[in-house]
Amino acid sequence: MRELSRLAVLGAGHVGPVVARLAIKAGYPVDIATSGDPEDIALITELVIPGARPRWASDAVADADIVVLAIPLHRFLGLDPALLDGKLVVDAMNYWPASDGVLRALQDGGSSEVVAGRLAGSAVVKALNHIGYHELEDRARPAGAPDRRAAGVAGDDPAAVATIAGLADRIGYDPVRLESLRAGRVLQPGGPVFGVVLTQPEFERAVGQDARSLT
Amino acid sequence: MTYTFGLDTFGDRNSDADGTPLSHAQTIRNVVEQGVFAERAGVDFFGIGEHHTAYFPMPAGDVVLGAIAARTTRIRLGSAVTVLSSDDPVRVFQRYSTLNAISGGRAEVILGRGSSIESFPLFGYDLADYEELFEEKATLFAELLKGGPVTWEGKTRPPLLNQDVVPHLESSPFPAWIGVGGNPQSVIRAARLGFSLALAIIGGPPDRFAAYSQLFQRALEKFGRPPLPVLVHSPGHVAATDEQAKAEFWPRWLEIIALIAPERGFAIPTEESFNWETGPHGALYVGSPETVAQKIATNLRALDATRFDLKYGMPGLTQDQLMTNIELYGRQVIPRVRELLS
Repeated sequence: MRELSRLAVLGAGHVGPVVARLAIKAGYPVDIATSGDPEDIALITELVIPGARPRWASDAVADADIVVLAIPLHRFLGLDPALLDGKLVVDAMNYWPASDGVLRALQDGGSSEVVAGRLAGSAVVKALNHIGYHELEDRARPAGAPDRRAAGVAGDDPAAVATIAGLADRIGYDPVRLESLRAGRVLQPGGPVFGVVLTQPEFERAVGQDARSLT
Repeated sequence: MTYTFGLDTFGDRNSDADGTPLSHAQTIRNVVEQGVFAERAGVDFFGIGEHHTAYFPMPAGDVVLGAIAARTTRIRLGSAVTVLSSDDPVRVFQRYSTLNAISGGRAEVILGRGSSIESFPLFGYDLADYEELFEEKATLFAELLKGGPVTWEGKTRPPLLNQDVVPHLESSPFPAWIGVGGNPQSVIRAARLGFSLALAIIGGPPDRFAAYSQLFQRALEKFGRPPLPVLVHSPGHVAATDEQAKAEFWPRWLEIIALIAPERGFAIPTEESFNWETGPHGALYVGSPETVAQKIATNLRALDATRFDLKYGMPGLTQDQLMTNIELYGRQVIPRVRELLS
C-alpha cells in the first residue's frame, strides 16, 4: 500500500493541534510548524500532539504533500506565498472581522477565494474550517458509524478536492464535495453549515444540493 | 492535597420572577449580596469577570469586590478574568493591590488575553494585536508583582524607568493566574512568566485538558520554576434536583450562546447537545448538589487541578435562584467534593 501523504500543519494554536492529532491517528506522517523556532513548540508537540515532528515552517512545507493552514487569517496575509508554491493547501481558516480587522477584500466574498488569489501557484481546498475545534476531535467516527457526521470539502481543482475528501474520510467524516471555492462559501461563518455538526443527508439538505451529483 | 472552591460571575443581568430584566445598578448590588453570602455559605473564592455588555454589565469588577471585601473577612476575592490586553497593567496592579490592602491580603487576579472582546474597540485597541498586547502586558504584570521599582520597555505602553508603583504589597505578591481557553502556546506562556494556570473549559470533554495540565508542569520544570496550581473554571447551575437545575438553566444558556455564537464561532446548542454537556462527560456542571459534586471531583482528579471555580448564573436568572445556587454549592457541593477527594 502506498504511504499516505505527508502533512505540514501550520499553526499550533487552537485548531492546528486538533487537525494534527486526527491526521496522526489516521496514519498520516505530520509535521507541525509556527512562524518561529520549532524548539518553542517541542514540549507542546511531545505532550499535546504526540507523533508529530516540530519543524521550521519552510522545512515542513518543503517535505509535505498537503499543507494545512491553521493560523489566523490576518497572519496568513503576511505570509510569503512563494513558501506554498506547488503545494496542495487546505484552508482551515475563517474570516473574523473582530479579530482580523475589517478587510475589504473579505467583506463580501469567500475568504478561501482570497486565499487562493494570493496562492496562485498552489491548489487551494477549503475544508476543516466549519466544525469547531472543540468538536472536530470528539465528533470524528470511523466510516460506517451510524452517528458519523459530514465535512465539506470545496475547491476548484477536482483532483485536489478528491485528495482532501480522502483525508476528511480517514480522519472521521463523510466528505461532502463542493464543486468550487465559490460554492464553498456555504462553509463560512454565517453559512448554513458553519458551527453545526450534521450528518451527510442533513448537510446536503442544508447546503441545498446533492453532493453525489458532483462526484 | 488542599483543594479550594470558588464561584465566578460575569455580573449576569438578573431578572425578576416575572422575567423582567432588573436594572444594571440592581444587578450590581445583587452581586455584592451574592459575594457576601458566598462567604457565609463556605465558599473559598469569589471572582468577577470583566464584561462590557448590557447582559453582563460588569466593567469594574474590582469596585464591586471592594464592596464585598468591606463586608467579609475570609473569602478570597479576585477577577475572573481581567482582560489585560485592553487594560494598563500598571492600573490593574494598582487596583488589585488596593483590593489586597482593603481585604487584608485576600486579592487575586486571573489575566485573560481576549476571549471576551468587547473591551478592545471600547478602549481603542485593535483585536488583531491581542497576542502582542497580552504577551507584553503579562510580562510587565509579572514584573510589577515582584514589588519594588520597575524598569520596562515595550511597544504597547510607555516605558517605565525605575518606577515606584504604589500601593506597595504588604508581604508576598497576591496570587495571579493566566486564563487559557485551549491554546497550548498560552499554557507555555503562563509557565514561562510564572503565573498559575486557569483552564476555562466551557464545552466538550474536560479530560482533553489533562494534557494541558501536564504541559504546564513540564514547562514550569523546563523554565526552572517550582510547581504551580491549576484551576478549572466551568459554567453551571446547582438546584435541588437535576431536573430543576436543567429547567432553570437551559433557556438562559440557549439565549446567551445564540447571542454570542455568530461573533465567536460557537455552535448553537440543542437540547441534545445540552443533555450531553450536562451529562457525566460534558463541560457543564448543571444539576443537583450530588451530580455537580461527582463531576467536579472526577475532573479535578483527571486534570490534576486543585481548584474549581463554578461560573454560576446566566442573564435572566433571578436573585433567588442564584442565592439558592450559592447556598447549595457552599453547604453541600463543596463538602461533598472534599469528601470524595479525601
